Amino acid sequence: MRTGLAILPATTSVLQDPPSTLGARMQSLWPRVEPLLSQVTKPARYIGGELGARSPEHGCASLAWLLVYPDTYEIGLPNQGLQILYEILNERPDSVAERAYAPWVDMEAAMRRAGVPLFSLESTAAARDFDVMAFNLSAELVYTNVLNLIDLAGMPVRAERRGPDDPLVIAGGHCAFNPEPLADFVDCFVIGDGEEVVGEITDVLANLGADRAHASPPDDRTGSSHRGWAADRDGVLRSLSRIDGVYVPACYEAHPSGVVPRHDGVPDRVEKRTIGDLADWPYPKRQLVPLIEVVHDRLNVELFRGCTRGCRFCQAGMITRPARERPADQVRTMVGEGLRRTGYDEVALTSLSSADYSGIEGVVTSIIEDPACSGQVSVSLPSLRVDAFTVGISAQIQRVRRTGLTFAPEGGTWRMRQVINKLISEEDLYSAVDAAFSQGWRRIKLYFLIGLPTETDEDTLGIVCLAEQCVAIGLRYHKGVTVTASVGGFVPKPQTPFQWFGQNTIEELTRKIHLLRDASRGVRGLKVRWHDARATAVEGLLSRGDRRIGSVIEQVWRNGGTFQEWSEHFDVDLWRTALADHGGSFEDAVYRHRTEDEVLPWDHISAGLHRDFLWGEWLDALGAHGLPDCRWTPCYDCGACTGFGVEHVVASAVPPAGGSQGTGQDLASGGQVPVRFLPTAPSGADPAGRSEDRPVARAGEGRS
Amino acid sequence: MPVRFRFSKLGRIRFTSQRDVARMWERALRRADLPVAHTRGFSPRPRLSFGLALPTGCESLAEYVDVVLDPDRPPVPDEEVGGLAPVVSRLLPEGIEVDAVGLVDRGAVSLQQEVTSCTWTIWFRAVTHSALGELVASMLAREQVPIVRERKGTSVLDDLRPSVLDLALLSPAEAPGAPTTEPVAGLMAELATRPRGVRPGELVSGLVAMGAGGGPAQPPVLDRACRTQQWIECDGERREPLGGRPGAAGRAPYALERAS
Repeated sequence: MRTGLAILPATTSVLQDPPSTLGARMQSLWPRVEPLLSQVTKPARYIGGELGARSPEHGCASLAWLLVYPDTYEIGLPNQGLQILYEILNERPDSVAERAYAPWVDMEAAMRRAGVPLFSLESTAAARDFDVMAFNLSAELVYTNVLNLIDLAGMPVRAERRGPDDPLVIAGGHCAFNPEPLADFVDCFVIGDGEEVVGEITDVLANLGADRAHASPPDDRTGSSHRGWAADRDGVLRSLSRIDGVYVPACYEAHPSGVVPRHDGVPDRVEKRTIGDLADWPYPKRQLVPLIEVVHDRLNVELFRGCTRGCRFCQAGMITRPARERPADQVRTMVGEGLRRTGYDEVALTSLSSADYSGIEGVVTSIIEDPACSGQVSVSLPSLRVDAFTVGISAQIQRVRRTGLTFAPEGGTWRMRQVINKLISEEDLYSAVDAAFSQGWRRIKLYFLIGLPTETDEDTLGIVCLAEQCVAIGLRYHKGVTVTASVGGFVPKPQTPFQWFGQNTIEELTRKIHLLRDASRGVRGLKVRWHDARATAVEGLLSRGDRRIGSVIEQVWRNGGTFQEWSEHFDVDLWRTALADHGGSFEDAVYRHRTEDEVLPWDHISAGLHRDFLWGEWLDALGAHGLPDCRWTPCYDCGACTGFGVEHVVASAVPPAGGSQGTGQDLASGGQVPVRFLPTAPSGADPAGRSEDRPVARAGEGRS
Repeated sequence: MPVRFRFSKLGRIRFTSQRDVARMWERALRRADLPVAHTRGFSPRPRLSFGLALPTGCESLAEYVDVVLDPDRPPVPDEEVGGLAPVVSRLLPEGIEVDAVGLVDRGAVSLQQEVTSCTWTIWFRAVTHSALGELVASMLAREQVPIVRERKGTSVLDDLRPSVLDLALLSPAEAPGAPTTEPVAGLMAELATRPRGVRPGELVSGLVAMGAGGGPAQPPVLDRACRTQQWIECDGERREPLGGRPGAAGRAPYALERAS
């Protein structure tokens, strides 16, 4: 036997040691997690260690948040909302935040076999040792994962059965605008922008903790030494319900006639939170750089929040109003510092319609001409408008790596696009496509929706006609081109003008998919892709469900239905059975048109939009009347600005040049618009005739 | 002239893949502002080559990467090349550390082609020191060790034995990491890279097969594997891809002297 092989260095064990910053109340589970990692796929999902990850110092005085994204690490890590809150909470002296993502099915099985609970990535601490578990809800099909993660943390999934040893379960994100399907499982929801609210929740819990720790001696056995407020969970929840933008389901009773407060002092209607100025929140300052490849694996900088386009199907556009631009200088700083810090060679300038950003040309030019980037940085603009201006910018920014171009006309005919208020003319689309092919692109992707209100087969087949035209344009420039039409089934969302619409059935969507498939067969250069119509139906069920849907979600979860947004795990029969067992049906819950006087399950949650505005928009949609962009035309008084005393914050009311800007309008001249201008107009914007820093008088003409 | 770095991969980061490590290097080199050359075409990539892939989950004290510098940008002065080790180490994630840097002749063949064998230390659970000794002796006595491995979805039968250049037991006292109540046994293995690189997992399969029928009641379970050296054998001489750690003659394991 040979000895003297001092080969494995002592550093190995040093690296395995749990972080020494963990307080006594938390223990690292790493020694129990590590042996599992050799049994699972992509084990690096569970090791943390990203650039930008914090080593939290848990003290008795600090409130411990576990921020949870209920999908895989690769999907959840890039989520900007979670990263923003992670930084804000870790910057506070009285709170710390760690992260967790849904373990993939193989890891979950290994954890359950070994009795390892859900743990945080930073210090491998058990989820149940945190004070708060806060879920990001970006998509409805993850709801069963939320239950699974609460269970994996070792807690009862139903909020009413959780006790003083259990963390508070909070949820926020776009899906919180109809919180009822998860109301039985979540202690409180945050509606709207979370930047300010997380601090206010921390304040409330910290004060309660201080009071109670003072009043009663700590009791190690119940864990109340670090969670002094937890013994009186109802009292805590009632205190939280007084924070603006916080909805505590336990404080409300759900009746067929609506969701109403149980107590005095609880608001009848919870209004969303809106941060007034994005410039005050330059986050993330230290974007996480993962060790493994994730979706959107690049630097992300948010150009603006909110959107004025008013596409009627778009929940994000409705609930994030008003539009609030980040000052161009701040964007440049965040991009420059972000690239230097992360080593990324790609930056995405994100928003709901990035080409609408007032200073877009100036910002893009300054990034690609920055000598520090040495010509190797590519810029991507997700959610692009459909016009030639957009293509021009794309040609500029994709000098380095030219990928495909994507446009989203959404509807196949002009009539359809008036219904949904996505006012892209055929000329807009064809000039954009022509510009793209002439400037060297050979692959173009088009996004469409089917199952839209008033849709006829002519509208559906219009998708193939448009796409065929695009192929024909491409063939003028190249021998081989590819146009991919990606077709999604429309799901009506709460807080939008289409919230009353009865969703197309699985059979109807499937019939339309077959129409498209048959019509596109044999067309050279055209590919049609579509989504599973059954998953669309379940998404509809969860989007507009009421509190009774909670039992359906629970049953599907208990029968093993997790990762339902993953096609290999989605199982419509689980949902059909659970729905039937609880006396429900897709016909009633999903396919039925709602009436004007019907109480909607989310009527007690307000995105600021007046109900009569939404109803008027619904009627206009049915009449195929478009509604011009409110950034460039007078205010329609939707309620989002006036209700909160905020305004659109933009550097210029005149859109960057080119075409109809997807509005169907003549935009040669600006107009009196209800916006507040940023203090300095960045280069590329046109401040002609407007004094800076002056709110423009609100023109009260109503609809033009 | 390409710059060659030697680096370790220890601790949690061993669970990342070879592709992940490549991306970590790309980002670190950009942050270091090294004038790295790029491939041409629609999708320019930095010109890095890593040689033999380290299986996900294995540790290493001897990974190498060759970085081609851009001739059109100001070169890194020769005397500053050595100073790159701490600079780049600081920009790489915890667990990856550069311990040597050197210039490689432009005409040199790639790491992938050059390296002829690797030395590994491999630790097992569920097997005693003496039981592992029996399996090792049994394997070394065979002329053929057939193992089944998956290749592109189909199972193929391979002879492992010619690739096993050396096996030697390690003392349990040298086991890494936290003390464990389970029996721990380890060995040193030198595995050939030609005609193809043999993975530690395949050696374990071979050892398990040795035990089938009359061996230890429980098959050994791979706990930890660490690549400690990569070797270039040329005209009967062995050396490592970077100087500073000369290999003595013969087949003995080599004590490691870390440069940093």
